[in-house]
Amino acid sequence: MNKTSGIYPHKLNKITKNNFITYLMVLVLYIAVQLLLVTGNVSSLMEGLLVPLCIYVMLAISLNLTVGILGELSLGHAGFMCVGAFAGAFFSKCMNGAMPDGVRFITALLIGAVSAGIFGILIGIPVLRLKGDYLAIVTLAFGEIIKNLVNVMYIGRDKNGFHFSMKDFFSLNMDAEGEVIVNGAQGITGTPHDASFTMGVILIFLSLIIILNLIHSRDGRAIMSIRDNRIAAESIGINITKYKLMAFSLSAAIAGVAGVLYAHNLSTLTALPKNFGYNMSIMILVFVVLGGIGNIRGSIISAIVLTLLPELLRGLSDYRMLIYAIVLIVMMLFNWSPKAIEWKERMKEKYFPKKLSKGKEVK
Amino acid sequence: MSFISYLINGISLGSVYAIIALGYTMVYGIAKMLNFAHGDVIMVGAFIVFTIVSTLSLPPVLGIATAIIVCTVFGITIERVAYKPLRNAASPLAVLITAIGVSYLLQNLALLIFGANTKSFTSVVAVKPLKFADGNMVISGETIVTIVVGIIVMILLTLFINKTKAGQAMLAVSEDKGAASLMGINVNKTIALTFAIGSALAAVAGVLLCSAYPSLTPYTGAMPGIKAFVAAVFGGIGSVPGAMIGGILLGIIEILGKAYISSQMADAIVFAVLIIVLLVKPTGILGKKIQEKV
Repeated sequence: MNKTSGIYPHKLNKITKNNFITYLMVLVLYIAVQLLLVTGNVSSLMEGLLVPLCIYVMLAISLNLTVGILGELSLGHAGFMCVGAFAGAFFSKCMNGAMPDGVRFITALLIGAVSAGIFGILIGIPVLRLKGDYLAIVTLAFGEIIKNLVNVMYIGRDKNGFHFSMKDFFSLNMDAEGEVIVNGAQGITGTPHDASFTMGVILIFLSLIIILNLIHSRDGRAIMSIRDNRIAAESIGINITKYKLMAFSLSAAIAGVAGVLYAHNLSTLTALPKNFGYNMSIMILVFVVLGGIGNIRGSIISAIVLTLLPELLRGLSDYRMLIYAIVLIVMMLFNWSPKAIEWKERMKEKYFPKKLSKGKEVK
Repeated sequence: MSFISYLINGISLGSVYAIIALGYTMVYGIAKMLNFAHGDVIMVGAFIVFTIVSTLSLPPVLGIATAIIVCTVFGITIERVAYKPLRNAASPLAVLITAIGVSYLLQNLALLIFGANTKSFTSVVAVKPLKFADGNMVISGETIVTIVVGIIVMILLTLFINKTKAGQAMLAVSEDKGAASLMGINVNKTIALTFAIGSALAAVAGVLLCSAYPSLTPYTGAMPGIKAFVAAVFGGIGSVPGAMIGGILLGIIEILGKAYISSQMADAIVFAVLIIVLLVKPTGILGKKIQEKV
């Protein structure tokens, strides 16, 4: 991969080259998987993992936008995914048969993105004005509220239009032919199966193009300047709230798209602690931390590795969460502790003394 | 009549939140970090008491004492191993993410050791319930003990902080670490002491919580922990009396919300309180406004 990107080293600047490597990596992986699929070398278990893999990759890169680029910790990423999933599945269920499949799915994706993005703005406005830990706890609270709300929501449709209730199925007051769309804790059943691996990879590409272009644009620089020094950024006239909201809602919107993909990959969509709870948000955070905070390509790689590894080593599945926890702690200590950073520099100097002491080394 | 009993239950739950929130707010005030693992120390304390009292059938006093000691050691160890190396890290997110990792680690260790099944916790409280108005209103022994312990803890902690040298050192470190160390205060020791007190309080809270709500799983501590943080923010994070007031108010709001609005939405109501507080008065009821220096 390095060789291909190095064909025109003098024509591409460093950023373009780096982005190019990221795109190429996804493309090569996609082609490799397609080749394996065609030659029949993928077990049905692995084949079932392909779409979830795309979902995790999208969640990881979108969370990295919040954590790595904006520098705020969000623990409710699964909540945004939940919003997108239910909005998209609701639309698909209503429009099933009313419009062509492809158009319907794309519209569902857009609806998921917009609704999750709106929730991102709603949450962001009160909280992004504050610093630090508050966002973490509020997004965590938001994820729990969304899960609670979805589990008590009933929506049905009959000739007279939509019926809505927060109590139970019977208080919908529908006529006999009425159809329940959202059935409280049972969620949405019978969402059309529109998700495919190719669609997932296309969505990853789109998210990558949006995020990487944002990072290297004027707006992206503004967002990063807020992360690095809020006061300095404010003093040169950067609108803090605007840029924070921009990054946060974009990250939420991409999580929403991942949610739509998730909803259209399963026949039954329910909001459980397992899929939209705190644990899911933490898992995505582990992907981001292992891949390197702020490193989009790293997030892709770590999402793939951490999803595939436990499946390949089935014996470890009981210890999966424990391993995630240890990975999280060790990675943070190793990458962020001032002492560890110092130690790494020393080791680098000792074993790879190229850059610093080039002149002195000549004997 | 039912309103009064809801109110008393609310104060009882609120006392537990207040005790947990004290741990959060002290650690936040001194180390400027949100100790996500605090809620899980509650769970550890409850499991220790459960093992000693229910599994080994030893007296509850022994169980509670062991829980407090083990949790204190846990608190100091966690601080030493996971948080101290990151105290001067470039990004404030580093220690927060590590704290989440520790919380996750404790939960999953408990899951491996004790399994995912819900354990039924035998109450360690031996106080008879009080009956008023010909038995129309019953206040359980757990409620009484929780409120009494809550009050004792608050008084002792206030005395400790205001009257002892170690308490004054804690105040000084939370005000300004650099200046405190110039005055000869051992900052590392003071921070370790804060974690120790916070974790000991968490063990007490765990016992009280599980006596009142006797179902114990590895995730028992997570939700009360988060709600106690909401209570700490509500009262003004970093302020000890604020944590007490916030905790009790939040307990009352939760119980009344459960009784009069919707039992499924009680958690959502508590979190809605957090968002409203952050909108209206981000520093909380008793919080000080911190001027940012450049």
